[in-house]
Amino acid sequence: MTQPSYRIERATRSSTIGLAVLGLGLIGLLLLPLTGDRATMRLIVEIAYFLALAQMWNLLAGYAGLLSVGQHAFIGFGGYMLFALVAHAGFSPIYSLPIAGLLSGLISIPVAILMFRLSGPYFAIGTWVVAEVFKLAFFEVPALGGGSGMSLPLQAVRDIAPSAQGRELIIYISALAIAVASVVAVYALLRSRYGLALTAIRDSERASASVGVDTFRLKLGVFVAVAAFTGMIGALIFLQKLRISPVAAFDVMEWSAAIIFIVVIGGIGRIEGPFVGIAIFFLLRETTSDFGAWYLILLGLLAIAIMLFARQGIWGLIADRYRINVFPVERQVHLDDHRQRQASSTSLTPTSEKH
Amino acid sequence: MTPPLLELRHVCKAFGKVVIADGINLTLNENEGLGIIGPNGAGKSTLFNLITGDLSPNGGDILISGKSVLSQRPHQRCRSGVGRSYQIPHPFGKMSVFENVLTAATFGGAAAMGEAEAMSLEILGVTGLLNDVNTPAGKLTLLKRKRLELARALSTRPRLLLLDEIAGGLTEAEVQALISTIRDIRRSGVSLIWIEHIVHALLATVDRLVVLNGGMFLADGDPHEVMRAPDVQRIYMGVEPA
Repeated sequence: MTQPSYRIERATRSSTIGLAVLGLGLIGLLLLPLTGDRATMRLIVEIAYFLALAQMWNLLAGYAGLLSVGQHAFIGFGGYMLFALVAHAGFSPIYSLPIAGLLSGLISIPVAILMFRLSGPYFAIGTWVVAEVFKLAFFEVPALGGGSGMSLPLQAVRDIAPSAQGRELIIYISALAIAVASVVAVYALLRSRYGLALTAIRDSERASASVGVDTFRLKLGVFVAVAAFTGMIGALIFLQKLRISPVAAFDVMEWSAAIIFIVVIGGIGRIEGPFVGIAIFFLLRETTSDFGAWYLILLGLLAIAIMLFARQGIWGLIADRYRINVFPVERQVHLDDHRQRQASSTSLTPTSEKH
Repeated sequence: MTPPLLELRHVCKAFGKVVIADGINLTLNENEGLGIIGPNGAGKSTLFNLITGDLSPNGGDILISGKSVLSQRPHQRCRSGVGRSYQIPHPFGKMSVFENVLTAATFGGAAAMGEAEAMSLEILGVTGLLNDVNTPAGKLTLLKRKRLELARALSTRPRLLLLDEIAGGLTEAEVQALISTIRDIRRSGVSLIWIEHIVHALLATVDRLVVLNGGMFLADGDPHEVMRAPDVQRIYMGVEPA
């Protein structure tokens, strides 16, 4: 075997088209501030951070198999860290975003060490309990406003930008940047050798270990990285809201339930899933939220229907039927003629040529 | 003197009152091939799980190249050179056959990506899976899943290969083909422990045969002599008319 007699293909035609469409959409979004449509910008900010949160949860649950229902622990923690850094350490709000993320990553290490002793449903419930503990803990911190919470100091608000319009532009750009970064990071990770290992863990954790994958370290790494990113998104969310309280920061319905809904509806274990889930979630919200509780009932029914009849999610249905793949992480092998011939006469397949 | 590749020292394992290993001693040298036979439920697969670290023994010590590996977790033992196949295949179901093997080559085999890709295809060729490179592993027939177990174990570049009943269900022609593959693997310097009910496949490939029964080795030695031993004849008559 002197020349490599094979070729490994990763892009597909649908991925080239899909990525081009997404790129154009992103350019459109970057031009949106020129129209000065601030209501739409606020909606896009919300969509952007939910997309980033959903990408992170998808990596955690869909690949590393860590079904956490307590990611709002890190959203709230990140938010609170931003307020603490700005109000008590005099940091600029924008620089505080990555630091809040870093601190969320740090706090997730002891959480992981505790939670990784649990598996399956116990892990899920455990993470929820952790989020509740975080909430109760922040009730007890008077410096951060205790149970009634706190507002971002006026001086810090002016630090972001002097005008409200300038602030909204900065938040808008930051939210887009975080959403793009989350997609790029997950895509790059899944295409690397660690993506192979994560997918292997998803399919059989025991066999992954037997082929040399350090499953504990990889899962820990993903948990901490996802917590850091989630914390940074949380910091941005509450920077936009300018106000934080334990009840709002650690709200399971507002955050974890919505994220899980988005990923499950769209298609868990696929990067495209959260995009589709986001579209459906916001479409439903914008069209039916006037009907009050009916909106939530509709969401619930849709989630149940998908889980019963289309466990791959809506993107799973589309992708499998039309064979499209916008973010291909798989490797397609093309063998040349020589290998093809070899394939039909190998030592484990007895043929007449063998003695 | 170089220490043996694998050494079990007085290894004990019990599940509740069921004793699987009752002070087992075993030494395997570099380049040696060992066959293990024994009745169903004798604990043959459990012995593999103890060697790979999937299970911990209740007592005793397990050494690879003279170093105790009891504190090592399964992935570390894989990187220390232990490659294994599971009796009940554990494929990465949604990954392609190629990616299954590639994962083993990049992690267990510690190969760089380009090298791992070439090695994976080479091994898929040897194990007769080249026609299925892009097939999701979960869609393979049981027979091909067993081949994939072998391919994946080989891709970790083992010094010691543990095979658990990979010949079961094969036709006679396929068994012959497997025997020649295993001989090639052994010639490349890989040591082997093979649990198998198809005794003639073992006789054709290993230097030594042990019989596991009641938590200990009933016989240990030249395969043909072991098969002639009266105790072995008695235990094996009903199971495998040789």
